[in-house]
Amino acid sequence: MIQLEVLRYNPETDQEPRFQRYEVPFRDDWVVLDALNHVKEEIDPTLSYRWSCHMAVCGSCGMMINAEPKLACKTFVRDYSGVIRVEPLRHFPVERDLITVIDDFVAKLARVKPWLMPKEAPANGEYRQTPAQLKRYKQFTLCINCMLCYAACPEYGLIPGYLGPAAITLAHRWNRDSRDGGREARQEEIAAKEGAWECSFVGACSEVCPEHVDPAAAIQQVKIENTVDWYKDHLMPWLKK
Amino acid sequence: MSTREWVFRHPRYVRYMVREFSCLFIAGWTVLMVWGLKQLAEGPAAWAAFLELLRTPASIVFQLATLAFAAYHSITWFNLTPKALPLQVGESFVPGWVVAGAHFAGWAIVSALVLALAL
Amino acid sequence: MAKSNKPIVWGPFAAGGTLTAFLTPILVLLTLLQPSGLSYESMHALASHWAGKVLFVVVIFLSLWSAAHRMRITAYDLGLRADAFVAALVYLAALGCTGAAIYYLLRI
Repeated sequence: MIQLEVLRYNPETDQEPRFQRYEVPFRDDWVVLDALNHVKEEIDPTLSYRWSCHMAVCGSCGMMINAEPKLACKTFVRDYSGVIRVEPLRHFPVERDLITVIDDFVAKLARVKPWLMPKEAPANGEYRQTPAQLKRYKQFTLCINCMLCYAACPEYGLIPGYLGPAAITLAHRWNRDSRDGGREARQEEIAAKEGAWECSFVGACSEVCPEHVDPAAAIQQVKIENTVDWYKDHLMPWLKK
Repeated sequence: MSTREWVFRHPRYVRYMVREFSCLFIAGWTVLMVWGLKQLAEGPAAWAAFLELLRTPASIVFQLATLAFAAYHSITWFNLTPKALPLQVGESFVPGWVVAGAHFAGWAIVSALVLALAL
Repeated sequence: MAKSNKPIVWGPFAAGGTLTAFLTPILVLLTLLQPSGLSYESMHALASHWAGKVLFVVVIFLSLWSAAHRMRITAYDLGLRADAFVAALVYLAALGCTGAAIYYLLRI
């Protein structure tokens, strides 16, 4: 048997969050999500949490497991000894139990204009892209919007207005797409003070990312591009069209 | 969010703070060198006094600490270069260890050159 | 939101961080070992030459600036929220010390 210590909070009845302990069977192949599902099905149906695919592609089950941001479906109980502490993802307001309010994150994703703004109309109705052109931005497309990076980023914790790793990486993904011509439009957000510039390259985001997107890399690349742009704009204004 | 709340949460944040703190020693040592320039401008006696100041136990401890912190800054900086410099060749990228390795090699070469010039 | 002017301070920070990464450790080793290259004759010769002066100023400015920028970020990380004040303090200190270095170099 293993013990889970889970944060509980019901805004309708609780003044503040509290912890509740559950004892669940130990199965060698269980992940924390399986343990939570067992709790909900067999012990306490009031426990609330987000989950869906159970295979680390939907990004729903992000939570703090022993104070580390993790996907519950990708965290094996056999890797833990003692009590496993399960809390909602850090740096987001708690809605109920393990469910956080993600409005800030969703709004920030939308702000970076994460859609194709074509450079030119496609010939014959098709955009053509070589494998090499695809490779240029492919890694940054792998984000599953799980928000583990926001939980890990101390700057996001200190500066709520910071755009954050996933949003900046998403903008960079489109900027590096050969079909896209929307970089200038996205600069309003990612070149702003609360864009890439709040990042101090802690690198925690890339360390916790379950999909190896490497948002830290994307942000540094954005900083360098923006710096080169800035100096070009200000020192060589004649280059502007 | 207070400092104690996040810096000591995980070793990665402690390592980050150590890296950031290297700036205090690098700044302090550089200011010490500016003082040295002042002594250099004042003549041989003043310069000799400066070199002697650098040999006091307190100075040596400070310089050793600076050496350690500066080396940590170098190591962390060079290890991060592959993230900032993605070098695409066809459909693949130059491996991270090559990019970082080239920087470490450059570090060794620069150090050897400076050492050779100073000896 | 308007595009930030952060690149003004970040550019020299990145340059300084790179320079100190390559140079500072070996330079500190030199000041510890005090080889013949640190004699008055050698140092005075280096500092007398215009290229030597430029070298000193560039190394000193970039080292101090990148350290100043990091101090500013660290102050914020540690809870000192008066960013504009801290920024002015650290950058002015870096410029001031660089100014002092230039002043002394011009007297060599």
